[in-house]
Amino acid sequence: MRAVRLSVVTAAATAAALTAVTGCAEKSDAKGADGAVTVIAKDDSCEVSKKEFPAGHVTLAVENRGSKVTEVYVLHPDDRIVTERENIGPGTKATITAEIKAGDYTIACKPGMVGDGIRQEVKLTGAGAASAKRSPEMDAAVAAYRQYVQAQADATLPKVKVFTDAVRAGNIEAAKKAYAESRIGWERTEPVAESFGDIDPKVDVREDGLEEGQDPAKDWTGWHRLEKALWKDKKLGAAEKQLADTLEKDLADWVKRVGKAEITPTSMANGAKELLDEVATGKVTGEEERYSHTDLVDFKANVEGAQKSFDLLKPVATKNDPKLVAELDKQFAALNALLDKYRTDKTSYVFTSYEKVGEPERKELSDGVNALAEPLSKLAAAVVK
Amino acid sequence: MSEQAQEQSTAGAAPSRRTVIGWGGAGLALGAAAAGGAVALARDGGGTAPVADTGGAVPFHGPHQAGIATAVQDRLHFAAFDVKTKDRAELVQLLKDWTRAAERMTAGAEVGEGAYGGLPEAPPDDTGEALGLKPSRLTLTIGFGPTLFDGRFGLEGKRPGALVELPKFPGDNLDPARSGGDLCVQACADDPQVAVHAIRNLARIGFGKVAVRWSQLGFGKTSSTTPDAQTPRNLFGFKDGTRNIAGTETERLAKHVWVSGKDAEGSAAWMDGGSYLVARRIRMNVETWDRTPLGEQEDIFGRDKREGAPVGKAKEHDEPFLKAMKPDSHVRLAHPDTNGGATILRRGYSFTDGTDGLGRLDAGLFFLAYQKDVRTGFIPVQTSLGRADALNEYIQHVGSALFAVPPGVRDRDDWWGRALFS
Repeated sequence: MRAVRLSVVTAAATAAALTAVTGCAEKSDAKGADGAVTVIAKDDSCEVSKKEFPAGHVTLAVENRGSKVTEVYVLHPDDRIVTERENIGPGTKATITAEIKAGDYTIACKPGMVGDGIRQEVKLTGAGAASAKRSPEMDAAVAAYRQYVQAQADATLPKVKVFTDAVRAGNIEAAKKAYAESRIGWERTEPVAESFGDIDPKVDVREDGLEEGQDPAKDWTGWHRLEKALWKDKKLGAAEKQLADTLEKDLADWVKRVGKAEITPTSMANGAKELLDEVATGKVTGEEERYSHTDLVDFKANVEGAQKSFDLLKPVATKNDPKLVAELDKQFAALNALLDKYRTDKTSYVFTSYEKVGEPERKELSDGVNALAEPLSKLAAAVVK
Repeated sequence: MSEQAQEQSTAGAAPSRRTVIGWGGAGLALGAAAAGGAVALARDGGGTAPVADTGGAVPFHGPHQAGIATAVQDRLHFAAFDVKTKDRAELVQLLKDWTRAAERMTAGAEVGEGAYGGLPEAPPDDTGEALGLKPSRLTLTIGFGPTLFDGRFGLEGKRPGALVELPKFPGDNLDPARSGGDLCVQACADDPQVAVHAIRNLARIGFGKVAVRWSQLGFGKTSSTTPDAQTPRNLFGFKDGTRNIAGTETERLAKHVWVSGKDAEGSAAWMDGGSYLVARRIRMNVETWDRTPLGEQEDIFGRDKREGAPVGKAKEHDEPFLKAMKPDSHVRLAHPDTNGGATILRRGYSFTDGTDGLGRLDAGLFFLAYQKDVRTGFIPVQTSLGRADALNEYIQHVGSALFAVPPGVRDRDDWWGRALFS
């Protein structure tokens, strides 16, 4: 009974999510902005001419009167991006158009293109059904997670640059040192990155992930190709330097797109479980980092990412299933304590090489993963019921 | 009683295999027996249906756990677990949860709220691979290993004297990763998928509280606890343990298998109605065995290969004349008369876990034996076998475990291990 009702709600929510928004931003000098909503962006303010306007085809006439390059976003209550326009220079104008359904939204200006922006709440009225309402708690969880994901992506690029700079400089030792840390932000938020489909195969595929007919020399890119060059082949040539550029470019694309990812409380909960699946299938077996043996760094990052989702969903899950939340608290603590045995400094991400972790210890880690992943698989239900 | 009826249908199915094997001489007689079995099967309504389809449910509740005296099912999945939780209450809750799941699965029902129809956002309670399959005479039997009594759960004072550390026997080459365990569950069924489903779901319920230490699949029974049935052959092609204790032999069961009376006093009071289980993974070097001349094979066992009759006798169940056998023959060394009357109930299964990387089958016997006390059961028998058995050239014991198997779960308010933990 309960199941049927919920599945209908879920279906409606999915449909709404699919049809709610078709965003587009076109370059324009703001001609024909009749009836357009104007947005005056300054260094310390973001003035929207109307707080309430009709849903449907929406045009925002943006003018940057500040001294910094700015961005303007239209956001859902959970911070998911409806549409955006970047690189609006001081003194210039731009027009943003989008098909937007009725509902509550936020318009944010980001002077200097950093931070969460200066925000204004707006309401779109009339046409189209309002998208499925979520509780403010759930929206808050999703918004906070979205900010986490973006922050992880933003913080990754400079770390990747340390790695790629070393590769380009032909400095094998420096590149090895920077390798594992450059992956942490990615590993923490992997399910979101994977939701794009095209980025993961470019940056995080292993050699055995290539398809029949693909040539490792030509078609294999990303971290693990460089991992093999550093630890197995022990040489950095022109091809590797090129691969470093490609990795940087592909990850920049990820950083740019990650804010548009479809994130729901359910996908957060399932994403947490998927991170543990990653640990169970790739890290505990030592397959992920077969040359560098830095699997425990990925392991830790996966657990941290899962724990972040869980922590943010806790207020909702506690109401529905306090026993599950208590069990998850316990199992996260137990697995983290187990991982701490493999690093001397609990603030660092230098872990024991997985090569040196024996079979009984690997089984202990695997048992810890199972102990956490099984109750974690019930989190999504605790969030929606 | 219903177990008896079901065993007849299974026993009836077994000889049909022999009609394929035996086509000369006494094979005719076997063929005739098989035909009789087939008729009985048809009368039971089984017809040509596979054995699993005829498998009903074995009652879960009773004074003894099912899966010991129960007519031996065709397949096995056995798992040993390490207890991971340090919390006694959590372990007790797991045993209760397991008992309820075992009640459902042995009755042919799904675990918890089933395998489908629940919340789409949640993984189903039951894993689903046994949907549509009959109960297949599934039995689930729990045991407690010596390490459970090491003080983690306040059970030090309840370790029975019979739950000893098994001595090292000559020739043992035990792998710690395939030995021991705080808990075990023996799942026997006529359908392998039903047995695997049961262990898988119990392991899943146990995550966080227990972890699988090792497990073993058995594809074919090597023992019978049914008096009239032929003893199934092991991977050496021989019948062994033909004088097994039958499920109907109440007196022999009471004498050799069930713990009672003075054996169930003091620290073993909770074992009244229970038994002790020895599990041994015995690797069999089938390739070298297969190159052994028939006469030598028969001398090693002390039986003829075709009928399984002891040396100089006509039928497998004929009383053996030990002195006619070579002193190092398997039957002679294993016989109760050689071991001060030691008698055990055997319930072993043949296994093949793929190959060993050297092009040889990783095959053997997963030996399971139940007894009232291992000190007067398995230990004397294995001591004499380990020392002198001619078979030792072809086998090696590579895994070992001993468990105290508590009495049965009496009803829906009872649970596995209640007497131990109360």
